[in-house]
Amino acid sequence: MTAAGTTPGAADTRRSRRPRGLSAHIFLMLAVLISVFPFVWTIIMATNTTQDIYKSPPKLTFGSHLLENIRHMLKTIDFFGSMLNTLVVASVTTLLVLFVDSLAAFAFAKFDFPGRRVLFAALLGFMMLPLQLGILPQFILVSKIGWVGTLRALVPPALANAFGIFWLRQYIQSGVPDELLDAARIDGAGFFRQYWNITLPMIKPGLSFLAIYAFVNAWNDYIWPLVVLTRPGHVTLQVALAQLNVAHNTDYSMVMAGVLMASVPMLVVFSIFARGFIAGATEGAVQGS
Amino acid sequence: MLSHWRQYLAISPFYLVFLAFSFFPVLYSLYLAFQRWDGIGTMHFVGLQEFRFLWKDPVFWLSIRNTLVIWVLSTVPTLAGALVLATLLHSVRRFKGFYRIALYVPNVTSIVAVAIFFGAVFSNNFGLVNAILDTVGISPVPWLSDPWLIKLVIALLMTWMWTGYNMIIYLAGLQTIPKEIYEAAKLDGAGPVRTFLQITMPIMRPIILFTVIISTINGLQSFSEPQILFASEAANPSLGGPGQAGLTTLLYFYQSAFVNNDYGYGAAIVWAFFVLIIVLVLINWRIVQRGRKA
Repeated sequence: MTAAGTTPGAADTRRSRRPRGLSAHIFLMLAVLISVFPFVWTIIMATNTTQDIYKSPPKLTFGSHLLENIRHMLKTIDFFGSMLNTLVVASVTTLLVLFVDSLAAFAFAKFDFPGRRVLFAALLGFMMLPLQLGILPQFILVSKIGWVGTLRALVPPALANAFGIFWLRQYIQSGVPDELLDAARIDGAGFFRQYWNITLPMIKPGLSFLAIYAFVNAWNDYIWPLVVLTRPGHVTLQVALAQLNVAHNTDYSMVMAGVLMASVPMLVVFSIFARGFIAGATEGAVQGS
Repeated sequence: MLSHWRQYLAISPFYLVFLAFSFFPVLYSLYLAFQRWDGIGTMHFVGLQEFRFLWKDPVFWLSIRNTLVIWVLSTVPTLAGALVLATLLHSVRRFKGFYRIALYVPNVTSIVAVAIFFGAVFSNNFGLVNAILDTVGISPVPWLSDPWLIKLVIALLMTWMWTGYNMIIYLAGLQTIPKEIYEAAKLDGAGPVRTFLQITMPIMRPIILFTVIISTINGLQSFSEPQILFASEAANPSLGGPGQAGLTTLLYFYQSAFVNNDYGYGAAIVWAFFVLIIVLVLINWRIVQRGRKA
């Protein structure tokens, strides 16, 4: 590049900064519209009657039939029962994932023991394994111990969360100073005291990211509950929704009332913790690569 | 060894659960692939017979083709769109937090809810898309019965769900590139395109590789989308929608194992599929790595 070519180029960049920033915003806003449109349209469908939705041109504004649609939906599936099931499974899974993963991550991050490298490398390999590969034998195993049809069956497969250990290990390595643990050791704190009293309080942001991640995954899981929860009327929310859709997908307003009610809790949880969650996802992504 | 018992105790819960509920089942499914078993009666060792049948099974190959087409149709726009959005988002100063959250939110919604939504919006008879086409005088498009459009709708669904997720990962990568490099490039007279191709892309390569592999593993496992979109037809032979155009390999596996109770064949499908995933991941790896030398 010649100097003569450089100057006009640079000037051009400076002059066009404002418009270019504006076009970036316009493009991003368009993407946001596409991104949130399904939520808006779900509400529109759920608040109108199916007839209004089927009309051509369709009704594009919010209606007043939400309660009616919800009532109808509640009569068709055991919405709150399956929601409670989901809530119990997701909460238990999340708590256990936090405990199991943080304990292992602490050992991997701050201690050297024979086999540590190999075990950790194996863990990274596990993250790459497509888990559907094991679903059939998992089902056989769960039926051998008599758990088919029970909510217990949903927890153990979700506990084998290699990502959580991998991610918390990074967090502990960079966030918990060795000096602090050394000082605690001199004061006579053992391994578990160092974990419980020093490390856990220091990695709260990391834990809350993992909590949302595990909770959302458990809440949204579909294929495993579909396979394992064989008794009708004893299912999780996602399976109940799918069943509602199978039986009634000509009454979209009613089905969409169900979709809306099932999505609201997740969206509320996400919007409360969104900032921390996305910051956490960002850190994990960079270190993960 | 003994002096480290606390550390081993600390890591053991994960490994025990993993061995029991993931690792052993994966190995056991390989064993199952050599048996004929309906899940209740006795097992019969049949050697490679399940795989021989698989090799000649046109439905299996159809499901592989469907899966690959849907994977390409969704992964390419997802990753390209994510890279563009991340670059734009990196360049703006205001509303960054808002954009990140608004564009990520599709990824935390449940796939069941999204699939039901897409089914409603692309419905042949009353869907919003056809209604809008109708008002501007275009005759309705058979979104959920044409073999290509079925795949396109499934791919659109996956693109909608995963673009924001990949954008966040790319954005994280972009933020680690020091500003000085760009300033130096500007001084040397490099334009935005050249800067992107010669600075951004090489630095981002490991992150792009990561997203390509994750997208391959996730994208090939599409199951819920066609299962929910065409659920009403699950009982009849056109599983996966008209012409079985939405029958993905995992859906075929689910059908064989849990609906037809053909456990041995289900295991064979899923293992053949695993080999395919590995091959594709390795090919992707090689392509992205070769780009590095160029």
